[in-house]
Amino acid sequence: MSMLQVSVYRYNPETDSAPYMQEFQVDTQGRDLMVLNVLSMIKEQDSSMAYRRSCREGVCGSDGMNMNGKNGLACITPLSEVVKKGKLVLRPLPGLPVIRDLVVDMGVFYEQFERIQPYLQNDEPAPAIERLQSPEDRDKLDGLYECILCACCSTACPSFWWNPDKFVGPAGLLQAYRFLADSRDTATRERLADLEDPFSVFRCRGIMNCVAVCPKGLNPTRAIGKIREMLLANAT
Amino acid sequence: MSSMRSLTFDAIIIGGGGSGLRAALELAKSGKKTAVLSKVFPTRSHTVSAQGGITCAIASADPNDDWRWHMYDTVKGGDYITDQEAAEYMCSEGPKAVFELEHMGLPFSRFDNGRIYQRPFGGQSKDFGKGGQAARTCAAADRTGHALLHTLYQNNLKNNTTFLNEWYAVDLVKNANGDVVGCISMDIETGEVVHVKAKATVLATGGAGRIYASTTNALINTGDGIGMALRAGFPMQDMEMWQFHPTGIHGAGVLVTEGCRGEGGYLINKDGERFMERYAPNAKDLAGRDVVARSMVMEMFEGRGCGENGDHVYLKLDHLGEDVLGKRLPGIVELSKTFAQVDPAKEPIPVVPTCHYMMGGIPTNVHGQAITQDADGNDKLVNGLFACGEAACVSVHGANRLGGNSLLDLVVFGRAAGMYIESALNDGVDYLAATDSDVEFAMSRINRWDESSGGESVPSLKAELQDVMQNAFGVFRQEDNMQEGVKKLADLRERINNAHLGDKSKAFNTARVEALELDNLMEVAEATAVSALERKESRGAHSRYDYPDRDDVNWLKHSLYFPVEKKLGKRDVNFTPKTVDTFEPKVRTY
Repeated sequence: MSMLQVSVYRYNPETDSAPYMQEFQVDTQGRDLMVLNVLSMIKEQDSSMAYRRSCREGVCGSDGMNMNGKNGLACITPLSEVVKKGKLVLRPLPGLPVIRDLVVDMGVFYEQFERIQPYLQNDEPAPAIERLQSPEDRDKLDGLYECILCACCSTACPSFWWNPDKFVGPAGLLQAYRFLADSRDTATRERLADLEDPFSVFRCRGIMNCVAVCPKGLNPTRAIGKIREMLLANAT
Repeated sequence: MSSMRSLTFDAIIIGGGGSGLRAALELAKSGKKTAVLSKVFPTRSHTVSAQGGITCAIASADPNDDWRWHMYDTVKGGDYITDQEAAEYMCSEGPKAVFELEHMGLPFSRFDNGRIYQRPFGGQSKDFGKGGQAARTCAAADRTGHALLHTLYQNNLKNNTTFLNEWYAVDLVKNANGDVVGCISMDIETGEVVHVKAKATVLATGGAGRIYASTTNALINTGDGIGMALRAGFPMQDMEMWQFHPTGIHGAGVLVTEGCRGEGGYLINKDGERFMERYAPNAKDLAGRDVVARSMVMEMFEGRGCGENGDHVYLKLDHLGEDVLGKRLPGIVELSKTFAQVDPAKEPIPVVPTCHYMMGGIPTNVHGQAITQDADGNDKLVNGLFACGEAACVSVHGANRLGGNSLLDLVVFGRAAGMYIESALNDGVDYLAATDSDVEFAMSRINRWDESSGGESVPSLKAELQDVMQNAFGVFRQEDNMQEGVKKLADLRERINNAHLGDKSKAFNTARVEALELDNLMEVAEATAVSALERKESRGAHSRYDYPDRDDVNWLKHSLYFPVEKKLGKRDVNFTPKTVDTFEPKVRTY
């Protein structure tokens, strides 16, 4: 037996007037499990435990949560990386309304994603084959298109906590830059015009929590810097 | 019942993966009142996990490539129970569908000339098998499924598709004539159960790899559409045909793309021998997946497996160099480090054949219309019901799917279903409304769980089911084992029918979802078991010790499983493509 003490944020809107932390003991048999495996063992003890999960390999973005104080994906976070002094504390992603237990309402996060018109726009007639793109131009999308919309970054961002309705947030801005950087997109002017206000982009204070937590190793702060440069170049 | 809310659409699409989103896009553009119901936010669907690419003769790597060569490979890969008319449609329409994806913004990798990058994949040839290995799989690094799914979701946003995200479809609603006229669905966030009415219901619910203990599939792949269709009494085709992917990470089951071998990686046994040279002298590591998976199992049986227990082999990639790995296979490097604690630039990855794909499913024509059989054994369309993607069996994959053909299948046939439904709606198709008792019937299953007051728990029953399937219906099969498996499943069905849902709360009750999923796993498992037991031959992915040869006299046929009688029938394979000569069955070697 090698017991791990896990403290989990619980809240069921039908029965709880306030959220609370519940303690569980999980026998890991000394294995370096992923946090998601531990959650599934907890659910076998208590079927009412609610959390999202799907691919269990870090590509679908369902199981973003706060583990011992840091946002990440439960399915690709081994215990050896997060457990401190034999203890694991699991909380929902910060700053979003909680639906139940570890399940948050991601509505405002998705709205900011939709706001940046996250789709290729090209007003020229499409050719009979693909649009050509040089490998160098395609390389500019690396580090951008891989985003899985897990919300780990935006919910670690104090600027997003403060103005989730007006600041697009790191995830949305990474996607905004993904289309600005695409040689096939012709809506650069309109995209920049939509971001040209004191909040959408400029609320980023360069805290870089987004970079520290991104489970895919992406760098939203750098993308935001590029958008700033484009906005400033546009203004002069 | 009278208090139940209802929603009405022209068409509903159940499932927000690649095929569902492609069908939805077509319908959204047409202006029809359409909704996508998905039990997860669409980009969490399993399409996101596809890695290596989408196979299609776009003539980029080879300007002389020809869709007919791709069709030949597909028919041969399926061990000749691929429907040739469907394969012809997929391979010839494919380039259009792939170029559309590119125009929508899919960030394909590129060749120096700016065209879409294509890599070699298993079972690919030039000139009808006579011209050597082809490179026909269009890729966005090794994240093609992710790029494809996000692109389709983005374009649905652009076209204002209505999404009912985190809605779980429970069961189909049939009218008095047996037409499908919508479904019962639960809004997971609130627990509210809603009657969703539609003139066309598309099952785009993907696969069901979770019937096995070891699978590359997402936890959500529980065969919900298959379960719904079987409970509604509709037959399933070729359910014995399950693909075991050669390279799942040992222990974790996580997929390692065939693209690794396409880029030059190869499998070795404990002696360091490249053993595929013995089993498939020409194609070697790029033979059909069924062939490679069986060869790996043979190596392990004969004591040449790797590791302490000899229970895996190695996939060697280090000779490709860090540049190729970083550029073409970055996701694999990440997954190997996370799930095998191995850096493939330095060490080989421990891999084992792992359940990956369901070739069988709801029989359909190329328009996605679901098919059943009348009393005389003739095909009959099911009014109102459509299927596409992995849930459907159109059948382009026959007894074994080629790598990269699943992504092509889902965009080509998602699109085709959307186009057909649009024209049917324009023609004013409409069916008799469901009565209260029709709806009540569709509610019986969820009511059963909600009224359960004792019995076994869902997770333990699920684990038991997965073990039965793993042990009796794996890469190699035989009569006595399968008989035993069928018996165990009959017992499990009884126990699942009496199982207990402990948590009856409303809001985001994932225990209720998992209970409903368990019923679907049970349906899929039973259909698989009966079909596998009755197909007394070896073909494609279905390999029997007791019937080691292909039997074209008796089994050049689709199997058709009828759920009410739990009996297996047969259905003719289509051998009449429209524009090319029939590919006659030949001995299949690589």
